[in-house]
Amino acid sequence: MNRQIRLVGLISAVLVFALLGNLTYLDLARQTSLEANPYNVRARQAEADVHRGQILAGSTVIADSVPSTDGNPTFAYQRVYSDGPLYAPVTGFFSYNYSTWAIENSYNSYLVGTDSSQWVQRLIDMASGRNPQGASVVTTIDPKLQQAAAAALSGYTGGIVVSDPHTGAVKALVTSPSYDPNQMATHDATAEEDFWASLKADDPEASPLTDRASRDPKAPGSTFKMIVAAAALEAGDTADTMIDTPAELTYPGSSVTLPNSANCGNTQVTLARALQLSCNTAFANLGRSLGAQAITEQAEKFGFNSEHLPELGGLASEYPKPRDTADLMRSAIGQGSVTATPLQMAMVAGAFLNGGLLAEPYLVQEVRGPDLKVLYQHETKQSQAVSPTTAQTMKDMMVSVVEKGLGSPAAIPGVTVGGKSGTAENDESSYGWFVSFSLDPDIVVSVFLEKSDSTDEGLWGSGDAAPLAKKVMEASR
Amino acid sequence: MAESAYTYRKRGFAQLVLILVGQSIGFAGYILTSLFSANVLPSNWLLVAICWYGLGVGLHIGVRIALPWSDPIILPITLALTGIGLAMLARLDLGSQDGAMLPTQFAAVAVGVVALVLIAFLLKDPRRLKGFPFLLSAAGFVLLLLPLVPGLGTSNYGSRIWIHVGSYSFQPAEVAKIVLAASFAAYLADKRDVLSNAGHRILGLELPRMRDLGPIAVLWTLSLAIMLFENDLGTALLFFGMFVMMIYVATGRVSWVIIGLALFAAGGAAAIRFTSHVQRRIDFWLHPFDYPDDATQIIQAQFGLSHGGLFGSGWGKGRPNLTIFASSDMIGAALGEEIGVVGLMAIVILYALFVFRGLKAALVATDPFTKLLAAGLSFAFLLQVFAIIGGVTRLLPLTGLTTPFLSQGGSAMIADWILVAILLVISNQARQPQAEAETPAGHGVTELGEESTQIFSTRELAQIGKGATRPVQHIDVEQVRLGPGGTAPVPAVADQVTDFGGAGFWRGSEEPTVYTGSDDQTVVSSLPPQAGSESSQPGATHSPGAAATGSPANLAAPAASSPTSPTVRIAPTATAPASPATPGVDDSIPDDPFSDDFFGRGTE
Repeated sequence: MNRQIRLVGLISAVLVFALLGNLTYLDLARQTSLEANPYNVRARQAEADVHRGQILAGSTVIADSVPSTDGNPTFAYQRVYSDGPLYAPVTGFFSYNYSTWAIENSYNSYLVGTDSSQWVQRLIDMASGRNPQGASVVTTIDPKLQQAAAAALSGYTGGIVVSDPHTGAVKALVTSPSYDPNQMATHDATAEEDFWASLKADDPEASPLTDRASRDPKAPGSTFKMIVAAAALEAGDTADTMIDTPAELTYPGSSVTLPNSANCGNTQVTLARALQLSCNTAFANLGRSLGAQAITEQAEKFGFNSEHLPELGGLASEYPKPRDTADLMRSAIGQGSVTATPLQMAMVAGAFLNGGLLAEPYLVQEVRGPDLKVLYQHETKQSQAVSPTTAQTMKDMMVSVVEKGLGSPAAIPGVTVGGKSGTAENDESSYGWFVSFSLDPDIVVSVFLEKSDSTDEGLWGSGDAAPLAKKVMEASR
Repeated sequence: MAESAYTYRKRGFAQLVLILVGQSIGFAGYILTSLFSANVLPSNWLLVAICWYGLGVGLHIGVRIALPWSDPIILPITLALTGIGLAMLARLDLGSQDGAMLPTQFAAVAVGVVALVLIAFLLKDPRRLKGFPFLLSAAGFVLLLLPLVPGLGTSNYGSRIWIHVGSYSFQPAEVAKIVLAASFAAYLADKRDVLSNAGHRILGLELPRMRDLGPIAVLWTLSLAIMLFENDLGTALLFFGMFVMMIYVATGRVSWVIIGLALFAAGGAAAIRFTSHVQRRIDFWLHPFDYPDDATQIIQAQFGLSHGGLFGSGWGKGRPNLTIFASSDMIGAALGEEIGVVGLMAIVILYALFVFRGLKAALVATDPFTKLLAAGLSFAFLLQVFAIIGGVTRLLPLTGLTTPFLSQGGSAMIADWILVAILLVISNQARQPQAEAETPAGHGVTELGEESTQIFSTRELAQIGKGATRPVQHIDVEQVRLGPGGTAPVPAVADQVTDFGGAGFWRGSEEPTVYTGSDDQTVVSSLPPQAGSESSQPGATHSPGAAATGSPANLAAPAASSPTSPTVRIAPTATAPASPATPGVDDSIPDDPFSDDFFGRGTE
């Protein structure tokens, strides 16, 4: 019997070591992710004790921590957002009970100084008895453009992205409606709870928390014709290639018809002209002849079907595999199940200005420790989306859209402006899109209007979105 | 064996010192909580100190009087864990709107301590427990099934494991655990021979006969029934694991373990398939963050543990109240948060030491029932610790078991102290030298162990060599023959050497190492033949069989059929594996091992 009892002892020892091993594993392997988990109120508390780092837009401080004066002993610091609603889409908020949002969330470990690059600083702070201090996050946001974009978008639900086509730096990122992050950072738990309820986080259609610039892909409408045109050019077509454009065509296998919105001549047009007038039947035919494969590949080279701007948790714009020919033709004009964010469409236009190279968008330029030591520095990432020739042709064609086509409301005298409008049908209403650029300095402005505060009428790319893009481009000069 | 091999020392002073050290951990926690959270000593610190240390010292004195030879480490560990638990409850009281838990819990501890002392004084001989195996089984299952009685039992948080009488609530499963362990041990001590011998081979497994299989099948079915009806996976795991382990220890057949594990797997699979409760627990375990609203307990426990980190936030400095059930199921997480992963590991190690002391008592004990009971209780205790600490730390799905000595809950606390009492009684009996082996009847009785090999210390061998008489070797024939439960003879000879390859692992350091080697290769010396000459009753029966079985029901079993039939070797230096009887003994074994001439002949 004793032999068996000893074996039981051995098994017991194994179980005990399993417990001890698992505890070690928990401490070593799981701790980081558990501490970063947004539900972790304990971690928030510890972070509330830290002199949290600043968030800057260029040299403008847009989020700061100041010593708390409200007498609540739980909190040593108060988070302050200057121009809160203006920068809310970028900064997000640091809330005690409702976690963190946007950059406050994605750069939390830097901001509170727990990132692995900051351990020396932590040690020094601990040894000197100083309150630990976090690092500062410098964003690519240009306050002037951010203000212009926000002003342009007021009165609408939608999003605007302004970016540098050569680096991918996001110069402005606005989503409307916005909210005041200071109300989430309050130390008054009741006020915080009430405000959180008013943000309706569980209803993305209505919530100000929904980032319509990078996290809310919607049907891109005619702006998707840029991708189809680029695919055609890559396949060997030129700006002068003639395409059939009947006044109306019937989708194969159905009785649904697709008309041209503009007068495209009802026979054949060049690719350039089809883009200028946004001829639906021409692009539906073009898409059909290119095939699903070519369009999918081209869309994915521009960044569709993958996520961008992780700083804000950006979501993927999608070009799902078309189900049939009708679906393929629908997708070629940016309808059907194609979706895109303003950020994604800015990437497409940016590639045309950058010699066909797609610069991955980013929002954080660098992270600096309290001693101003640079802890993180962005490096430009580029990939070939189209050939330089295609890029040049597309750029020229988009300029001609503004000069001779539907993009004319965006024209700025003396400035080279290119663009492509889009009006995406959505039930009874429509979304207005305008994806544009101006040269010297080169910037890309991508505007998406979901609806207007003043009217329930559908919005138009050319009539509603293009003037807003123009305002932002003017502000950049 | 150990008694004659080593003279255990009482170690009373060591126990007192350890008790005070162990108690100080919890007391320090209580003081630190107040210092850290309010910067002042608790106003009642002196009262608490007097009550707390008074309890420990009183307990020490009581146990030393009643069980002077009991294991000196078990009690200090128990008090250390209890103190830590009380301190954490006092700490959780701080942040809780509900009434204070500490006074109630302290009262439960006091009741447990009183129960322990009562058992220590009343149950000097643990074998008294085995008199009524079927009554014990029945009582155990009645207790287990009580919560299913309408009007009496209530369902809390999905598990129906409580009964309410008046304003008192009780978890009968806690006591049932001990009662069932005793009944398992009694049944197995009784049937171990047939269970280990009879059977057919199927697929390489030695299967027992159906009629012997009956009880385990019944127990398994009942465990499963409890699991399904009460939604209490943890309890089923515990009972079943304990039973499988005990049947393995009793028979030495691995096939039982395989059968047991297969049955448990089948039962578990059925539970997963046919109940939502078990499946949910598994989901919460694997993907707690997919259920932020339902798995908050596990999620918050993880946050607490990770936020406490290696050394914890310090008493009173964490936020353990964020975790639901921080005082009961999740007290391990609360402790991990405030005293760190290191502190929680120390607690696990305290549990491990406790279990190993219990197993040590099982090793040293001589009577199969006692061995099985000590081993079974210890292993069940370990399984419980493994299940709940493993559940809290996400090694396993969370089961609603209490954390012994720590969790809030009177029934569990009292049951745990009863368990301690039984282990102390067993260890006391096992460790006391035979010179002092006092049966309740007042006779010092020497008896052969089940495998009848014996080790003497060199000192004893020298004494024997010099013709010195061994200490008292009274054999009370009446006691042996009738074997009335509590008056069964105290074995003087353990069946094996209680050493594990010379390592001090099992023994601690208190015993002098006399023998180092595997226990089946024992150095054998003669059974002292003085029995006949010294006994007050010439021709007294000294029955190894009685040592191995001891209950009246077993006395009729032919000794020859037992693998543990007596072997008495008169070969002071021979090494001998445990083996069936030597020819010289074989032919002289009468059918009735208690016949008067059995002992005399066998030893000559």
